[in-house]
Amino acid sequence: MKRKSLTVIVAAALSATVALGGCARASQDSSSSGGPGEITMWTHSAGNPGELAVYKRIIADFNASQHQYKIVQQNFPQGSYNDAITAAAAAHKLPCLLDMDGPVMPNWAWAGYLQPLGLPDSLINSLLPTTVGRYKNTVYSAGYWDAALSIFARKSVLDKNNIRIPTVDKPWTLDEFTAAVTTLKANGYPTPLDLGAADTGEWWSYAYSPMLQSAGGDLINRGTMKSADGALNGPGAVTFFTWFQQAFKNKWVDNAGPVGNQRFIDNKVALSYTGVWNAKDALAAVGSDLLVLPPVDFGKGPKIGGGSWQWGISAGCRNADGARAYLKFSFQDSYLTAFADSQVVIPSTASAAAASKYFSDNGALHQFAVLSQKFALARPATPGYPVISSTFEKAAKDIMNGAAVKSTLDTAVQAIDTDITSQNGYGF
Amino acid sequence: MAVRDPGERLLRRRRRVWSYLVLVGLAVFFLFPLVFMFVSSLKPDGQILSDLGGWRAFLPLGDISLRNYAGVFDRVPVGRFLLNSVIVTVAIVGAGLVVNSMAGFAISRLRWTGRGVVLSVVIATLIVPFETIAVPMVYWVSQLPTLVLQHGQIEYDFGWLDSYQVQIVPFIANGFSVFLFSQYFSTIPTAIDEAARIDGAGWFTIYRRIVVPLSGPAFATVAILTFLPAWNQYLWPSMVVQDESLRPVMVGMQYFFQDNTAWGEVMAYTSMITLPVLVVFLGCQRAFVSSVAASGVKG
Repeated sequence: MKRKSLTVIVAAALSATVALGGCARASQDSSSSGGPGEITMWTHSAGNPGELAVYKRIIADFNASQHQYKIVQQNFPQGSYNDAITAAAAAHKLPCLLDMDGPVMPNWAWAGYLQPLGLPDSLINSLLPTTVGRYKNTVYSAGYWDAALSIFARKSVLDKNNIRIPTVDKPWTLDEFTAAVTTLKANGYPTPLDLGAADTGEWWSYAYSPMLQSAGGDLINRGTMKSADGALNGPGAVTFFTWFQQAFKNKWVDNAGPVGNQRFIDNKVALSYTGVWNAKDALAAVGSDLLVLPPVDFGKGPKIGGGSWQWGISAGCRNADGARAYLKFSFQDSYLTAFADSQVVIPSTASAAAASKYFSDNGALHQFAVLSQKFALARPATPGYPVISSTFEKAAKDIMNGAAVKSTLDTAVQAIDTDITSQNGYGF
Repeated sequence: MAVRDPGERLLRRRRRVWSYLVLVGLAVFFLFPLVFMFVSSLKPDGQILSDLGGWRAFLPLGDISLRNYAGVFDRVPVGRFLLNSVIVTVAIVGAGLVVNSMAGFAISRLRWTGRGVVLSVVIATLIVPFETIAVPMVYWVSQLPTLVLQHGQIEYDFGWLDSYQVQIVPFIANGFSVFLFSQYFSTIPTAIDEAARIDGAGWFTIYRRIVVPLSGPAFATVAILTFLPAWNQYLWPSMVVQDESLRPVMVGMQYFFQDNTAWGEVMAYTSMITLPVLVVFLGCQRAFVSSVAASGVKG
């Protein structure tokens, strides 16, 4: 009986092997696109019904507009999206179309994940500069929107405390800002300012490196992209981080949660440094008393971070023409406006902004479009950015917790430069 | 029968009351996170955050509703994710019990050259964290052959990405389970094997008819210790599953962390996905406690 069972198993295994050898291979295509003309597209938007609804509309319109290509959408949650991309790249299974956070693009282009975007110049030139991803003078990505940071405040609170309301043309100086938080702390706000320091990850570079740049420092020497020495540990950087440390020490600001804008809505903080994505809720809670203030001038003019999610085409895409046709189709103003109004983000073209409920000249959040145009600065377009960003976060957190400013920055510079050297300058 | 004096009886009663008070206190302490999770799932985001500072966080007070649960269904295909997790977990646990117990049996009961080395290698695999081999594994599974039914014909292709088997097969064989089975099997007297051999039983019969029935605690322990990581899988499916219809529940958690976190929906979702685990634990509580005691293993 036992021998018979064994014989049956061996026979079955042999049959399976013969069948495997005899049957045809399903697909010779190693790209992730399925049938002929099928173009797979990955988004980081799973769990975001508003954004997905606009994508669904664009894809349906594009697929109906022609018969050569068919877009197939797959959605990933933002938190695990980069893991999925890295894994797919390792397995040579990247989709044709993929979105990416703007500052990550140079790293992916350098790693060979992406091909030049190849969209018409007229289209690229119509977009906000911070929504176009350039690496070594080649465009690899472009986005439908940008985000912007500002300082939220209540007009009534500033008036009551005799604090000047800053404007785009005359923003707060560092002295004025320091005086404002000191006054507010003395008049009923134990912690007057929420900088969002409870958040982690990319937020730290996105939110605080513009302050560093406003003080005359930077994450790296942008002229060469080969060293952070003098930029991240120079006099401007020391000035900014000394203030940053003092702000926590004097309890003008803390790193208590929650992340978001709830403490401003509850009037537990008077000033909140946060993004356009929180403006709709703040407007609903505070109404016409809400002020969207420009960022503080730390000495070299106000700055805010630019560059949000953007679209690119993978290097191995076999239907690159179709992917380009889709992207070109998708950059219609009506879609950009739909994204802007559903996600409360700044549309990447002026004409789409003009049609937006929030960002048109009379829109309640028009100020964000102005801030983006006037003050936005993209993060350094270097493949070393992921290391720069995580190193910056660590240094800033150490300084927040009381570490010596200059030596902490020197250590950060050393870490960044060592990474750049180990990668042979990342091609610069 | 000795008659206890009233003083001793009173002392014993006091001790019992105190021990119950301590146990109730510990039970409440350990229940707090679950109570907070469930109560918060009924509150709007703003209220969850404003209640955080006090006892209201643990009480269903204020604006209480099931809106967060409705929101979960709008955002995440929760039924599909639960079904996927059940399929993956049941397959890993079921197949794991068979494969690992057989491997443990072979190591502990059969006499063959090199089994000590094999056991050492199996134990050595426990040292390597999964995160360090995840990316190479993705590459391997993307090159594995698979059969597909296409146009009514069986064809072959390469790549296991986007499938149930990629979530199941790599986790069936488990070094810790093999080690635990082999240790437990070695406590069963070998004289039983010898008697069975004399009666004409083969090794598989000895495994199936004698060793397995005598190893209930080991099977229960392995089942429980395999169930939890299989249910909680996050990194691996994040990397190898692109099709939403194949994702397990833990990946779904990330759906709620957008620019702003929908805390109420997070709590509603976690309440929903914790429920099956609680049911399994409560249903198998006795077996779990006795198996841990019998096998001397802590989770």
